[in-house]
Amino acid sequence: MKIKQLSVFLENKSGRLAAVTRLLAGQGINIRALSIADTSDFGILRLIVNDPEQAYAVLKEAGFTVSLTEVLGVEMPDRPGGLSNILSILEEAGINIEYLYAFIGKGDNGALVIFRVEELDKAITILQDKGITIVEGEKIYRL
Amino acid sequence: MYWNERYECLPEDELRELQVERLQATVKRAFFNVPFYRKAFQAIGIEPGDIKSLDDLQKLPFTTKQDLRDNYPFGMFAVPMSEVVRIHSSSGTTGKPTVVGYTRHDIDVWAELMARALVCGGTTRHDIIQNAYGYGLFTGGLGIHYGAERLGASVIPISGGNTRRQIMIMKDYGSTVLTCTPSYALHIAEVMAEMGISPEELKLRCGIFGAEPWSENMRQEIEKRLGISAVDIYGLSEVIGPGVGIECQEKNGLHIFGDHFLVEVIDPVTEKPVPPGQLGELVITSLTKEALPVIRYRTRDITSLIPGTCSCGRTYVRVARFTGRTDDMLIIRGVNVFPSQVESVLLEMGGTEPHYLLIVDRQGALDTLEVKVEVSDSLFSDKVRGLEELEKRLVNELESTLGISVKVTLVEPKTIERSEGKAVRVIDKRKI
Repeated sequence: MKIKQLSVFLENKSGRLAAVTRLLAGQGINIRALSIADTSDFGILRLIVNDPEQAYAVLKEAGFTVSLTEVLGVEMPDRPGGLSNILSILEEAGINIEYLYAFIGKGDNGALVIFRVEELDKAITILQDKGITIVEGEKIYRL
Repeated sequence: MYWNERYECLPEDELRELQVERLQATVKRAFFNVPFYRKAFQAIGIEPGDIKSLDDLQKLPFTTKQDLRDNYPFGMFAVPMSEVVRIHSSSGTTGKPTVVGYTRHDIDVWAELMARALVCGGTTRHDIIQNAYGYGLFTGGLGIHYGAERLGASVIPISGGNTRRQIMIMKDYGSTVLTCTPSYALHIAEVMAEMGISPEELKLRCGIFGAEPWSENMRQEIEKRLGISAVDIYGLSEVIGPGVGIECQEKNGLHIFGDHFLVEVIDPVTEKPVPPGQLGELVITSLTKEALPVIRYRTRDITSLIPGTCSCGRTYVRVARFTGRTDDMLIIRGVNVFPSQVESVLLEMGGTEPHYLLIVDRQGALDTLEVKVEVSDSLFSDKVRGLEELEKRLVNELESTLGISVKVTLVEPKTIERSEGKAVRVIDKRKI
């Protein structure tokens, strides 16, 4: 039920993101989703790719600080209130969201949202109880 | 365990007796053969005959690096050049180089002391020593080399640099002992990891590291990554080179070879001795040097005296691991800052790679200090908040240790330049 996400530490200077994508491209790794959180000094690049283990090894080898974290992928209807419904469920359960990012168009119902929460297993159980579709990692990697 | 048990374990009263005799001889040699010393002694009304006990040492004037520079190149030599068989010198990056000379006997003593040091540090004649200290005018390479040969070990005179080749040779030749600067040892460990070579594939079992101050945490890091036992060795060209002192397997202070050197620790400002355990500047008097005797040489190295006898049996006085140099000391907004203080904070934070850089600058009339820290895997967080908290913790720890405000910048691994010799830890951009 969990998705493996890569996080890469990047200094805020030109060419660093390009260096990561070039490396991945060179190894035939396909990026499924990405987001960047940045401050004035550094950024954290978060990636979901078709082969997380290989991408991890490639980035590590190239000397990047990189970690693999487990995140949650949730399918939701691509219409007003789609995200709001899910956030309400998590709010009621008292689950804090560390960060999230969304992408649309490929999910069966139209939109996919990636959540990073502290209590991953609890979040999965609660969302499933409410009939929300959790996306398998394998499915996202193959999108 | 010992190379020269008789001298290394000399009973303390016998040692003192020997020291007094040798001090008197050294003072005479300096007074009668070196105009600089004669003038300095006469200026304060001291004659060689005034030195009757070790306590009289404090009557003698200090010698500084500047004195050696003022007498550049050979003015401090106490023998004619025909008796000098070797010349070494410092790099001269901060002024005129300091030049040192050795008679045949000096070289012989040096080799003896280095053989002792190697044994004290855990080396035997069955070892293969990979000597990655620089060969040349720098005393490290040849000092270790002669000692290793005296010991009867096999020495690989590889010198510094070309790290991948170092590792290949280490693996192929089965080197068991590595000698180099501690920062270079850490660099070798990193390159090994990049090459996918684990310590288990090597026969390396101990390392003798010196020529720059390093911390206990850095030792643990090196020991873990290279799978060895690491000891600290001390020396300086002005006094002889490596082999002035070394840690034994107890790793609790460096034994100073007291039959050849007298040590004091003084307050660098008042120039008065400080009590054991208190930090100050190490001052060394050579007892047997022929070509270049030094009297109360101010090393600028910061340490403290460790009282009591070591359980290894050696009777020599010990000094604590060096924490920095008086001339590395930065004065930032009037506050004394040592790069080693920053290093120990980073290491105590846990998991931080000991790669950092201090950038001192001036904005308007105000000095600024930026500390760049490489983000290791163990420090990394995929949450911005996590990294911001790390930055804040570093800032707080550094500010409370140093007593000045600091900007911390997290940088990617391997972006701070590695050195193959002494690590560059400070960039001072201030125009004074």
